[in-house]
Amino acid sequence: MDGNGEQWVIEIDVDWGKGAAMGLIGEVIAMIQFVLLISRQGKVRLTKYYSPYTQKERSKVLRELSGVILARGPKLCNFVEWREYKVVYKRYASLYFCMCVDQDDNELEVLEIIHHYVEILDRYFGSVCELDLIFNFHKAYYILDELLIAGELQESSKKTVARLIAAQDSLVETAKEQASSISNMIAQATK
Amino acid sequence: MNPFSSGTRLRDMIRAIRACKTAAEERGVVRKECAAIRAAINENDQDYRHRNLAKLMFIHMLGYPTHFGQMECLKLIAAAGFPEKRIGYLGLMLLLDERQEVLMLVTNSLKQDLNHSNQYIVGLALCALGNICSAEMARDLAPEVERLLQFRDPNIRKKAALCSIRIIKKVPELAENFINPAAALLKEKHHGVLITGVQLCTDLCKASEEALEYFRKKCTEGLVKTLKDVVNSPYAPEYDIAGITDPFLHIRLLKLLRVLGQGDEDASECMNDILAQVATKTESNKNAGNAILYECVATIMSIEDNGGLRVLAINILGRFLSNRDNNIRYVALNMLMRAITVDAQAVQRHRATILECVKDLDASIRKRALELVYVLVNESNVKPLTKELIDYLEVSDQDFKGDLTAKICSLVKRFSPERIWYIDQMLKVLSEAGNFVKDEVWHAVIVVITNSSDLHGYTVRALYRAFQTSADQESLVRVAVWCIGEYGDMLVNNIGMLDVEDPITVTESDAVDVIEIALKHHTSDLTTKAMALIALLKLSSRFPSCSERIKEIADQYKGSLVLELQQRSIELNSIISKHDDIRSKLVERMPVVDENPAGDSIPATTASINLPNGVAKPSSAPLVDLLDLNSDDAPVPSSSGGDFLQDLLGGDLSPAPKQSGVNHSPNNGTSVLMDLLSIGTPTQSSPAVPDLLNSGQDSKKPVSPLEGLSSPSSNSIQPTSSAGFAPGIDLLDSFAASPPKQENNGPAYPSVVAFESSNLRIGFNFSKLPGNPQTTLIEATFTNLSPSVYADFIFQAAVPKFLQLHLEPASSSSLPASGNGSITQTLRVTNSQHGKKSLVMRIRIAYKMNNKDVLEEGQINNFPKGL
Repeated sequence: MDGNGEQWVIEIDVDWGKGAAMGLIGEVIAMIQFVLLISRQGKVRLTKYYSPYTQKERSKVLRELSGVILARGPKLCNFVEWREYKVVYKRYASLYFCMCVDQDDNELEVLEIIHHYVEILDRYFGSVCELDLIFNFHKAYYILDELLIAGELQESSKKTVARLIAAQDSLVETAKEQASSISNMIAQATK
Repeated sequence: MNPFSSGTRLRDMIRAIRACKTAAEERGVVRKECAAIRAAINENDQDYRHRNLAKLMFIHMLGYPTHFGQMECLKLIAAAGFPEKRIGYLGLMLLLDERQEVLMLVTNSLKQDLNHSNQYIVGLALCALGNICSAEMARDLAPEVERLLQFRDPNIRKKAALCSIRIIKKVPELAENFINPAAALLKEKHHGVLITGVQLCTDLCKASEEALEYFRKKCTEGLVKTLKDVVNSPYAPEYDIAGITDPFLHIRLLKLLRVLGQGDEDASECMNDILAQVATKTESNKNAGNAILYECVATIMSIEDNGGLRVLAINILGRFLSNRDNNIRYVALNMLMRAITVDAQAVQRHRATILECVKDLDASIRKRALELVYVLVNESNVKPLTKELIDYLEVSDQDFKGDLTAKICSLVKRFSPERIWYIDQMLKVLSEAGNFVKDEVWHAVIVVITNSSDLHGYTVRALYRAFQTSADQESLVRVAVWCIGEYGDMLVNNIGMLDVEDPITVTESDAVDVIEIALKHHTSDLTTKAMALIALLKLSSRFPSCSERIKEIADQYKGSLVLELQQRSIELNSIISKHDDIRSKLVERMPVVDENPAGDSIPATTASINLPNGVAKPSSAPLVDLLDLNSDDAPVPSSSGGDFLQDLLGGDLSPAPKQSGVNHSPNNGTSVLMDLLSIGTPTQSSPAVPDLLNSGQDSKKPVSPLEGLSSPSSNSIQPTSSAGFAPGIDLLDSFAASPPKQENNGPAYPSVVAFESSNLRIGFNFSKLPGNPQTTLIEATFTNLSPSVYADFIFQAAVPKFLQLHLEPASSSSLPASGNGSITQTLRVTNSQHGKKSLVMRIRIAYKMNNKDVLEEGQINNFPKGL
């Protein structure tokens, strides 16, 4: 109704239950709320949200978290408590991989999931570096989508993920070749 | 052909953006690219659509708006080929979320793709659905997903399983449909399917009691066997992490077993052996192994009691706690927090180690440890633990002090064995970290002090000493100033000496020095200064010899630019110089402030005296606003107890009864009359206030020491006062105003005119249900100010989420003209943030005047405080 940020509940009539129900906003709590890749300079390299966050909230999340995480020393633990969640992060070279999870989730396991993802990226790009992820950011997303859905782990085998990505890449390649051969044919025919 | 449509390649754009030296330059590049993409969109360019979308995703990631590209995702998804769909779905997941209505348009494409012959396209659709589907989409597409749980390719089955999780979280009533197919997944050999299937079952158990019962009966044994197989499986390179086969599967199985075992002895019994095996056999030198142990401990703690297993689990945590790896210590602290409900004794054994963790370098660990110490404290160990924490307060990080102080204060309050100990500890905290102490806390300290009559002398002397070393801690200064004002005579005469203290020599002038320093100190804020002026007034009566000096000090504020100080100074001056006859009565000691009768207060050594009207109030901070002049800064009064003494010294003027307050928030801080004795103005002072002036007329229980002061003296003084002073300033003028009488049968609140327009007036009367301070009954009275009758009168109201509103039916739906009668309607508001937030309400009134629909709207902000 206005911009003051409060959610308003309209109670139209005497129906108590109705008023109460309207106050509820269905928030999906996934195990992993979002995945962030931030460079040491605070630049975003990948963001993936599994719970609804508006664009405004997203930039706020980013500001808050990069402030906290980038400031932490190297010997400290890999967990940061943030709002009512926990952020598990790990630094690989110049990149921080962060995953936001619920208070009750297994932080040590999330660290393993991060490492799992990094190993798959590494295998795919062949000793991955930040530049790979910048210029092929969509590939990083495709791989993540083979690893996580709805904020839950999908596959524990790196080999399977690699195989699935390769199969889909080759589908794209085939389509490209077909397209170019068709356009060649058209070009030749109309010459 | 459009010159933009070919555009730059994705790679070139990224390069151009990376080459930018400044943010402005980057914005320029992005703007140009966006313009080109928009042009291409308008042209309906197909050749470069996927490239443009890829660019948009990159731009989106940088935080620029990209909503104009949303429809492009839909077009790409609707295309036939895999490459287009792949990028289209990626864009859909990145650029949109479930709240955008555009998303509904994609439901049909999703449905087709879920039935596609190419399994990779099915996979894309499942992935998108799992990541962003809304409740409506979940309902529409659940049958497709359910069917795909039996798809021939395992990679689709696993995606469908995770997608089902999202669906049942969005629409829990669909859970039942998924129980059977989910159970079938548990028998699979493919790890991906097994992991996702186990996860789906876990979420089903949370969504549906029926599912939980089903899986418990039919699947517990099978799951135990699966876990056994995984634990004992030979080396499997594909799933191996640090010598363990698929820790992810381990963890998910343990998690599901936890859900099944919780509250069921048979199921718990069934998994005992395997849990013992995991707890003892898992390698703990790598993170993966520790992750499994951690999950295993969580399961052991949650399932039905088995003494042996619990010992095992606590031992693991003990090992974790002494681990050198910070991550492991962190999770140990985390888990001990949960273990404390199961076996507090065992956790207590690790107290010393935990206390060390409070002092850790790592903020995350400190925070966990502090939370844990907080729950570990009990009557028997509160003294040593508090001492440790307070000692640490001295050396702790600035940004940790706030948390630490809050916890110490809360502990001291909860477990204090005796008053003197409470006062000692709180004075230490105030001296050490007074700037971090919340207002409620020092208010509470004052309340306890007033209630400990045998300790007044001791306390004021201790505060005097503390002030000498910690004059920069604002809240210590405030408490010291208040106490010296009240008990200054005990300070100088060493009255009420305890055996434990050394006598000190303080002259009257030393005591005044303290107040003067506080008044003039550069860090003192308005509240402190105002308190200091009151203390001076009190001392002027306690120490007649210093009276002149005090007058001089106070006179320096006669010209203060801060109205509040100026006014106090002038009033003080006038009391000292003109009203000497009543001064001593005016500045008598404060009556004892009622402590929270509800119970979590310090064990009373003196029976607390109830206030005149004996109203039991939940006063978490009875002194709030005692002198709080910043009430317009503070968002809301901190509790109903806040009214307790508010107004006692004129700290606040509650909204005057005649306020017509649509969009008009009562601005208390600016009240000019907020003065020492402005109590007589018709403020609706909360009845719990031992109202100095009311008490004369209040025939109920004459306990207030100031009782009897008002009427007689006001009469006699009236003539003198009106002679020489400007009316607004003269403190005694206000004596004449007769305070409104209140029925003191419960906390009463002033009626307000909630809404007034040219046609309509709405008045609100408030009452509370006894024993339920959160709920307020509001009787709304609607009066028609126009000459026409209103028909079909409907009143609607909206409240923020922390409030619950219930409207009773109105007394009538037609409102007679010109105020000849009214409609009444009762509203019941429950404030879940009672004491923290004030009521606020938005209203809409619809009616028919001369057969024309009229709609009026407004917002009500002028609710009395403390509702």
